[in-house]
Amino acid sequence: MTKLVQIFATRWGIIAVGAVIGILAPLLQKWGNPPNMGVCVACFERDIAGTLGLHRAAVVQYMRPEIIGFVLGSMIAAYAFKEFRARAGSAPIVRFMLGVFAMIGALVFLGCPWRAALRLAGGDGNAVFGLLGLIGGIWVGTLFLRADYNLGRSQSTHTTVGWLLPLTMLGFLVLMLMFPQVEGQDKSGILFYSVKGPGSMHAPILVSLGVGLLIGFLAQRSRFCTMGAIRDLLLFRQTHLLSGFAALIVVAFITNLILGQFHPGFAKQPVAHTMGLWNFGGMVLAGLAFALAGGCPGRQLFLAGEGDGDAAVFVLGMIVGAGIAHNFGLASSAEGVGPYGIPAVIIGLLACLFIGFTMRKRNA
Amino acid sequence: MSSIVDARGLSCPQPVLMTVKEIKKIQRGEIVVLVDTDTSKENVSRAAASHGWSLKSVEPDGTGYRIHISKG
Repeated sequence: MTKLVQIFATRWGIIAVGAVIGILAPLLQKWGNPPNMGVCVACFERDIAGTLGLHRAAVVQYMRPEIIGFVLGSMIAAYAFKEFRARAGSAPIVRFMLGVFAMIGALVFLGCPWRAALRLAGGDGNAVFGLLGLIGGIWVGTLFLRADYNLGRSQSTHTTVGWLLPLTMLGFLVLMLMFPQVEGQDKSGILFYSVKGPGSMHAPILVSLGVGLLIGFLAQRSRFCTMGAIRDLLLFRQTHLLSGFAALIVVAFITNLILGQFHPGFAKQPVAHTMGLWNFGGMVLAGLAFALAGGCPGRQLFLAGEGDGDAAVFVLGMIVGAGIAHNFGLASSAEGVGPYGIPAVIIGLLACLFIGFTMRKRNA
Repeated sequence: MSSIVDARGLSCPQPVLMTVKEIKKIQRGEIVVLVDTDTSKENVSRAAASHGWSLKSVEPDGTGYRIHISKG
């Protein structure tokens, strides 16, 4: 009989991983990342979309090494423990669209579930609306899951399929090194760089990359997933993943207290707005999309590192979605929702409901 | 005679959902669950245990696993 559960996938293992992330994310903020944004998968993929020129919102353009590290760190862990399996073919276009809508929802709230946790741990009361929305969206997802919603089987496939997103991430890293940021310049070679705003706030490249690789490794081993944490509680009354997510929040809160990064309140919170209804609504959309796609945005990066080509497609959907969001005025700012953010959330919800209702199979 | 649950290629939480459905359907007996990732193997094993089913064996099966659970 093969060894059943390796140490990081045990209850204490995932709690330890949550705790490590809860220390490292606030530290990344201390070392230069934006406030209450030590790690944000949605914001950081949006920043990558910016540096690539997929949108021209000047304040959010930077090649975030954390995202690169998440994929490559996970890949290293998967290979080290013989878990790399190239697989693909489970409704990729649907996953792509779910990624687009997940990003739109997240950008209306101004964060993914990881950032919602960190905002909460930083004292941002607006994050409560976001977390409630996340729970609501995931809950709707569980209704579909109970009704036999599924995107169909993926198949084992050529190794190259599983390598393409990690190689792309490596390519992004090479681009960043070839066209490094130049002080005061908004462009370096082909890459766009923020001169001010959140995109200009970042920890040193090697620190971001190193932390990203470590988190990628640990998250792959522990199967860390912020959406699954809520989903499994609602669907199965299982608290395994939740214990990791809770550890992240609690330890991040303590770390913020120690580092002087805890500022409770609702008004003037960093990179946040106070429109409670749309903080809620944006995350309902994001939560539903993550639930329908089988993983939070971090988990999709870790899966992509393990060779999951369908997760890779979701990641690309999120990056393209960020470009769309900023080009069409869907993303929020500190002042509130963007010009077309509200209709975008409604359209996104309709699209996700359509996908959820129609993609049900009687026998999977 | 065991029931077979083929969860290969399905994203989480399908493998657990299918296993729990079968558990609730047959109440006792033997179930063989086929999965193709380590994550699914861990999730199914954990779910079976939380429903009071015992793990008889977990064997490598191609690139995946055959999980044999039983109750009663």
